[in-house]
Amino acid sequence: MLERLRRATEACDTTYGEKSPEYSFIQGQKKRLLFILLLIVSTFFGACLAVSLGAVDVPLLDTIKILLNQVFFDVFGEPSESYYTRIIIDLRLPRVVLCILAGASLGMAGAVMQGLLRNPLVSPFTLGVSTAASFGAALAIVFGTTMLGNLYYESYELLGASITLDDVLKTASAFVFGLFSISLILLLTRNREMSRSTVILSGVIISYIFQAGLMFLKYVSDDSQLRDITMWMMGGLSGITWNNIMLILPIVIICAIYLMKVAIDVNMLSSGDEIASNLGIDVTKLRNRGLIVSTLMTTICIAFTGTIGFVGLMAPHLCRMIIGNDSRYLFPASAFLGSFILMVSDVASRLIMRPSELPIGIIMYIIGGIFFIWLVFGKKLGGKE
Amino acid sequence: MTLSVSNLKQGYGNNIVLNDLSFDIGMGEVVSILGPNGSGKSTLIKTICNIMKPKGGNISVDGVDVTRIRRNDFAKLVAYVPQSTTVFGYNSIYDTVLAGRRPYMQWSYSQSDIEMAADAMRRMHIDHLHDRYLSDVSGGQKQRAHIARALVQDSSYLVLDEPTSALDLKHQIETLTILRELTSSGDKSAIVAVHDLNLALNYSDRVIVLKDSRIYADGRPEDVITAKMIQDVYNVNAAICSDESGTFIHPYGTIGAGNVDYMN
Repeated sequence: MLERLRRATEACDTTYGEKSPEYSFIQGQKKRLLFILLLIVSTFFGACLAVSLGAVDVPLLDTIKILLNQVFFDVFGEPSESYYTRIIIDLRLPRVVLCILAGASLGMAGAVMQGLLRNPLVSPFTLGVSTAASFGAALAIVFGTTMLGNLYYESYELLGASITLDDVLKTASAFVFGLFSISLILLLTRNREMSRSTVILSGVIISYIFQAGLMFLKYVSDDSQLRDITMWMMGGLSGITWNNIMLILPIVIICAIYLMKVAIDVNMLSSGDEIASNLGIDVTKLRNRGLIVSTLMTTICIAFTGTIGFVGLMAPHLCRMIIGNDSRYLFPASAFLGSFILMVSDVASRLIMRPSELPIGIIMYIIGGIFFIWLVFGKKLGGKE
Repeated sequence: MTLSVSNLKQGYGNNIVLNDLSFDIGMGEVVSILGPNGSGKSTLIKTICNIMKPKGGNISVDGVDVTRIRRNDFAKLVAYVPQSTTVFGYNSIYDTVLAGRRPYMQWSYSQSDIEMAADAMRRMHIDHLHDRYLSDVSGGQKQRAHIARALVQDSSYLVLDEPTSALDLKHQIETLTILRELTSSGDKSAIVAVHDLNLALNYSDRVIVLKDSRIYADGRPEDVITAKMIQDVYNVNAAICSDESGTFIHPYGTIGAGNVDYMN
């Protein structure tokens, strides 16, 4: 991509006048790529900061030394305290990686869903996917132990990673119910012009239904299950292990690759289904597959992080305002901005009440709520109907 | 190349809008589809563009049923400009026009795609708006952007549903002149649904008039657009006048209940 950019810039400088549309367009593409690069760099430095801060602050120099030692086989020497390595590598790094994966998944899925449904208010959270996935995961928590007993906590070796049955069941159940909710949305809004309000209203209805299901699960669960569900629903990234990451990472990467592949087709939808169809796009297939894949990448993360709202709404919106609607740039930009937002929120959740930890969901609800109000009343909806 | 409509039947639910329509359109023609509101012009346009599947009969290109042609290949045969569009997101005019190159590319636009889009924008006089969002420009400018997108699509048939409805007089004439220029080389045709009989009379090679779900008349504009046709189809009294600038239609009153006669 960078080579293409270099060649395009050279051609642009020599071929087109500075005021020509071609020159301006190529310069615009360059700016979009630079914005993504800036987000990648910010995410990287944010990650370094996130692993060094917490209940115990690890000096940044030691943090960098420990991280580099993992790649370059201990050539940078020991950190000032030996237990820093365990804190960074075993406790904080998987958490930060999960933060990056979950933020990227929610950000990208939000951008994909908004593009596919042509609705700027859509996100995994507003469509009810998050609540449905939460219900699915809670169902696995409550009935997994009851039905499978100790087998539920058995771990299995898969491609070198140790994966427990509870993780697999929780993930699968979250995905099935997330998919169910998105199918319901499509069913409810089928055969009619999908106005913003219809889709959002459908999401609200579905959320309420699954909220009722969640309340029922809480009602029938025992004390320990109730605490697990409640803590999990508030969103939290603690307790994550490398084995969990090994389950999430390949799925998120495969989903992201697929969504990037169809990004150009999602662009065609911006002027409507009829035009997209005339441009050679199978709109129904694109919409169904895109929603399934984005639901998968969202629910697999939600199964481990709990409900985290609004990232999928905020990240695509902010990116769209800065770099426009081209999904080829918007999807990766939303993913990295989602990671960055979630990481900053996670650091805040660890620092506000340290040494104890505030559930990240609380912070996201506050930031997201303010953002949502600004969107609606500031009319920053990025499109007109 | 010939686009054939054979015994076409089309409608919505039990409401049949088009019944037993048959005609062929070759290359090098500007064909205007005329008819009053609700006569099925847009429905015919959408069916030709394979957006609606026929309820009966078929549409084919060189004998191949359009429903059997791969979507991407069909996009190279027929370009569609709808009557109106809703816009989502911050989509620039340049991005909108470039979308017309989708059938010819995989993931990224080539330099020639970028140049073609710029040329089409210049042709439609919207090059100065290239970086403006589609949601921020006027209806006419939006319509011109979509026509530019269809030009970039470089299809054999350009199918436009009331392309001049949001345009001022100058841009109406310019748009139809562009369609005439495009078809004059003989390797393209334009199918245009229009309401303005004067534009149809002066810029079409052929006119198809729809009435009561069927074809009322099909032929050269000067043969088809007559005072009798306007009376029968539109329930309007009109005079076909000529002067040194050409032929034009002067409507002067409606027929039937609530009729108005402007001549008296």
